[in-house]
Amino acid sequence: MRDASPAKTYALHIGVIALLFALNLVLPDYHQSLFARIMALAVFAMGYNLLFGYVGLLSLGHAMFFSAGLYGAGLTVYHLGWGVPEAFVAGVACGALLALVIGLLALRTSGVAFMIVTMMFAQVFYLLILYFAAWTGGDQGLVIQQASRVIAIGGASFDLTDPTVRYMSALALFSIILLVTLAVVRSRFGRVLVAIRENEERTKMLGYNTVANKLAAVVAAGAICAASGAAYALLFGYVGSGFASVQYSILPLLWVLLGGAATTLGPLIGTLFMYYVTDITSGFTSAYLLIVGVALILLVLFFPKGILGSIRERWLRWLP
Amino acid sequence: MADKNGFFDLSKTTLSRRTALKGIAAGAGLALAPGFVRYSQAQSSAPIRIGFQSHRTGIGAAYGRWYEKTSAAAVKAINDAGGISGRKVELVIEDDGTDPARGAEVVNKFAKQHKTDIVFGTLFSHVVIGSAPAAGENKIPYFVVSEGHHVASTKLNRYVFQPGITDVKSQIQSMAPWIAANAGKKVTQIFPDFAFGYDHRDYLPPALKAQGADVIAQIAIPPTESSFTKYFPQIPAETEVIYHVMVGPAVLTFVKELGEFYGSQRPQLFGFIDSLEAVDINSPGLEFLDGSHFWEGSPRYAQPDDSAAQKAYRAAVGIDDNGAAVGDPKDVSTAAHMFGCWETLYVVKKAMEDAGYKGPEDRAKLVEATEALKEFAEGPEHPQGPKTFNGKIHQCFGIQNISKVEGGKLKVVHKTKIEDGLYEPEGDYTKQAL
Repeated sequence: MRDASPAKTYALHIGVIALLFALNLVLPDYHQSLFARIMALAVFAMGYNLLFGYVGLLSLGHAMFFSAGLYGAGLTVYHLGWGVPEAFVAGVACGALLALVIGLLALRTSGVAFMIVTMMFAQVFYLLILYFAAWTGGDQGLVIQQASRVIAIGGASFDLTDPTVRYMSALALFSIILLVTLAVVRSRFGRVLVAIRENEERTKMLGYNTVANKLAAVVAAGAICAASGAAYALLFGYVGSGFASVQYSILPLLWVLLGGAATTLGPLIGTLFMYYVTDITSGFTSAYLLIVGVALILLVLFFPKGILGSIRERWLRWLP
Repeated sequence: MADKNGFFDLSKTTLSRRTALKGIAAGAGLALAPGFVRYSQAQSSAPIRIGFQSHRTGIGAAYGRWYEKTSAAAVKAINDAGGISGRKVELVIEDDGTDPARGAEVVNKFAKQHKTDIVFGTLFSHVVIGSAPAAGENKIPYFVVSEGHHVASTKLNRYVFQPGITDVKSQIQSMAPWIAANAGKKVTQIFPDFAFGYDHRDYLPPALKAQGADVIAQIAIPPTESSFTKYFPQIPAETEVIYHVMVGPAVLTFVKELGEFYGSQRPQLFGFIDSLEAVDINSPGLEFLDGSHFWEGSPRYAQPDDSAAQKAYRAAVGIDDNGAAVGDPKDVSTAAHMFGCWETLYVVKKAMEDAGYKGPEDRAKLVEATEALKEFAEGPEHPQGPKTFNGKIHQCFGIQNISKVEGGKLKVVHKTKIEDGLYEPEGDYTKQAL
């Protein structure tokens, strides 16, 4: 990363965005819809990666931030009749606020204790969703009607259920978050986060307030995960407690590990890979999770740093 | 072997790669042509493709397997009798992992990649609710066999139907008169603390009230619970009936502990068979259920008064008199629900034929034709019994069975009337645009 010229790095990221833009024109219908979902969820993985990859904090409770966004956006539309932009902001705000509170409490711990505490909080959040089933729809969830998923700007209106509008909305969110995370990891703040990951005591000794920096990272990651959740609710029209279950805390960890922790593009690659392995193998066998598991084991054995992490280690050392 | 004329010596032939490719291409063209010609001459004879969203893995797998068996049997019966409008029916199966997010992708896949005519067969309510938006957006009719109240609540969309199985609100309501008259007037409910339990929590008390009976206590048990004894002291002493709907693997423990708590002096027990679908009623630990009563959509055990249609249906699906797979007595079916797959496919057939359905361009016509259906007579197509259909809420209403556990079998002791389960519609899908 030290050798990276900013131009080359930004060119790569803009290139990826341009490629995704072009894919919208050529992808068959089904894959277009799948890519929209993957991009929305890759944002979730990017938020997770900010904390896990760059700060080295392994959380097992990120489903709560995703679902804070999901419910923050979904419930305001469903119960209060809010418009799409306001609901999206509400979702992100819910995630950021929750991350602030959880961060203040959970950052008193580290390592395994941090994993357990985040998992416990996520479980509390999940059970709260079930407890308030009268409003949240509980384990069955709620449907956000098509009519509520239209953005009206001036005279124009954008129907998020239209495949192209949905793809472009997911791409827009993905692009913004990708460029933001790139800017963050290249900034002074990003370097302090990496320093904390490498040696927190030394960073503290150098005069940095590591707790404040870690808290800022938790809030930023929480807000990004919530943005993904809010987008998911508004783009796909379903809000359910399944997204708050422990499975959705494990998934971003897998996506990031697969794609490459502490790489900006790794989360996209990991999400893409997992989705397509599941989609293709489930067509052949009901034991597709076994195949996914074997693929994961092989990757960990031969590419312990994930797909992009290994590429960076062996060939492209300038990758951010 | 020497070949003096070079006849077998391929190195001397003049067959170039280009010529070979041309030959192969021409051959392939010839081979494909008859099929293509036949297809283009009679496009309407192409099979009708039904996307079957199956719970092959995940929590719904036991149900999913039997839903597949029943649907395959129904498709075979329909095809043997000439198909739908003379066209064969073909099931295209995708596993949704009993997961709502994957469910939505599967519906997308059916609509956009497999290009099936409809999507069908989903059971678990959260998967139905998660998949419904994708069905509406793709404008593909989505026929579920879930028994959830979600379709009839009119909170989904115009493309979602449940014409083959009565919804749980109606089922509960139709149980109330029998419970009040035969089991007791003071009822304590024990139910899992999630949506399936909430339907029972919310719909039973008013239904019992109307019959002069009361729910005197409601005990919600967290879904993560594995031991139940500590909840039993909450059951009021004057309880005459315990109404239980525990589901999942914990049910065996639940029944065993309830038996230990009460011994031989127990109140009446009434439950929904959902908790014991695909479970042998004679499993160790379930002895305590002897003499208790259950709701069943369709009876698991063959009954002395079974109609010819019911007998034919059981034979076609491959279940024996005990409701287990023919040849494997341990493979107990999900008989109380899976008939819904059979009946739904016949509703699809009727609606497609009424609509003059030709292909995906006629999906809107299919929706309207389904909404126009009013009733289904008992017979080979509807072996569970007669039903009425409310096109405004996309939901059917049928008779229900109350069965008593007797000698290790379930014996039907009461059949409800369709009117017992009717309620005021909560909305009208037909007002939504197509």
